Amino acid sequence: MNRVVITGKGVYSCLGKNVVEVTEALKAGRSGIIYDPIRKEMGFRSALVGNVEIPDLKKEVGRKDRKAMPEQAMYAFVSTKEALTNAGMSQDFIDQNEVGILFGNDSTAGAVIEGVDLLRAKKDTTLIGSGNIFQSMNSTVTMNLSTIFRLKGVNFTISAACASGSHSIGMGYLLIKMGLQKQVICGGAQEINPYAFGSFDGIGTFSTQEDEPSKASKPFDKNRDGLVPSGGGATVILESLESAQARGANILAEIVGYGFSSNGEHISNPTKDGQVRALKMALEMGGVKPSEVDYVNAHATSTPVGDGFEAQAIHQVFGDNGPLVSSTKSMTGHECWMAGSSELVYCLLMMENGFVAPNINFNEPDEHSAKLNIPNKAVDKELNTIVSNSFGFGGTNSTLIIRKFAQ
Amino acid sequence: MDKAQIIEKVNEFLMEEFEADAADIVADADMHEALDLDSLDYVDLVVLIDENFGFKTTSEDFQTITTFDDFYNFIASKVG
Repeated sequence: MNRVVITGKGVYSCLGKNVVEVTEALKAGRSGIIYDPIRKEMGFRSALVGNVEIPDLKKEVGRKDRKAMPEQAMYAFVSTKEALTNAGMSQDFIDQNEVGILFGNDSTAGAVIEGVDLLRAKKDTTLIGSGNIFQSMNSTVTMNLSTIFRLKGVNFTISAACASGSHSIGMGYLLIKMGLQKQVICGGAQEINPYAFGSFDGIGTFSTQEDEPSKASKPFDKNRDGLVPSGGGATVILESLESAQARGANILAEIVGYGFSSNGEHISNPTKDGQVRALKMALEMGGVKPSEVDYVNAHATSTPVGDGFEAQAIHQVFGDNGPLVSSTKSMTGHECWMAGSSELVYCLLMMENGFVAPNINFNEPDEHSAKLNIPNKAVDKELNTIVSNSFGFGGTNSTLIIRKFAQ
Repeated sequence: MDKAQIIEKVNEFLMEEFEADAADIVADADMHEALDLDSLDYVDLVVLIDENFGFKTTSEDFQTITTFDDFYNFIASKVG
């Protein structure tokens, strides 16, 4: 079995357009949430959303490639370019090796609706244009990036609701560990246009505390009332240790565990037991004792039900006096399909810079979160072992564990 | 709409949507080579003709068009 390391990271989110901006926001506990009046006009219960600007790629990506890219592919392009640069992985290297790509994505609502609107208006399929088919397939991110970066290894998209971005890294980890791939670009991407979130808003999942957008997302707090949707792109470059060392790459961390499970119960409500199974599987795979974990980046989205189950699961696995726990969703909102990847990037930034990002807006614990060690201000701390949780609709659970690299 | 107006309008959308350089748009130059057109681009030309000139065409119509001038004349024959 190969050891698997991370040699590059990139992110484009409501906290910033690159890892430098995002690190500053994480340290400062700065929220990226805004009020979007367009959503209110459209009939949303909540107009809260992450503030993510669509990048202008005219100078970086040719017309033929650009027309096939929906917004989430553009976000993923930016984060992937940053990650490849960070990893020192050149196009020449990519051209000479079988570099793969696995991304988490679970919707293309904006492109689908745009195409259907055109068809209804024009009554002629040709007048939808040539780009829409590639924008509206769920694998749009991997099909676009594999073409632009001329990738020759594994190439597919993982759809697992809000755990998509985490499972994509987990699957990349397993492929490299088993010796089937040497380098895999892994990540997650999330569209943020209103069409992507209308039906999600409709089931009453989003926070309606619109008065102060930066205070709406409050994972683990007793007064939480729902999540705030957000999006963007996040990328990590995974390699076998052998590949990284042969390239002379800077190793950011080692992935030591990936746990997964299915709840097998309700379509939207989580369960403690499923989450515990994923956590224990990841710890066991990595040979990591709960006491060795310095920090848990929780999935906690700020919904009343979800956070409660996760608090119980973390307490069951780590016990009293457990590791520091925070949900960066308090600042980012819920980055959904991308969250598992962006949050692993946030963990890498914390590990690199020696701090734990705060769980902002955590002012009053409930009966379950009171048993966890949740800071609402950034904490300076050397982090050697970090756990990242991601859970999704349908009861899909994923836990990743990263460790500071040591020979 | 006279031919000069057609040429102006076509060149405008080719520069805007196909990011063509003005210098590459020469009346008797091979349009397919100059714009590096592939099968998907013809679909987008059908869309642009509908948006700019209001008539429907098919990508098969482009098989008889070689130069930019052929393209201008094709549109003129439909809207003239």
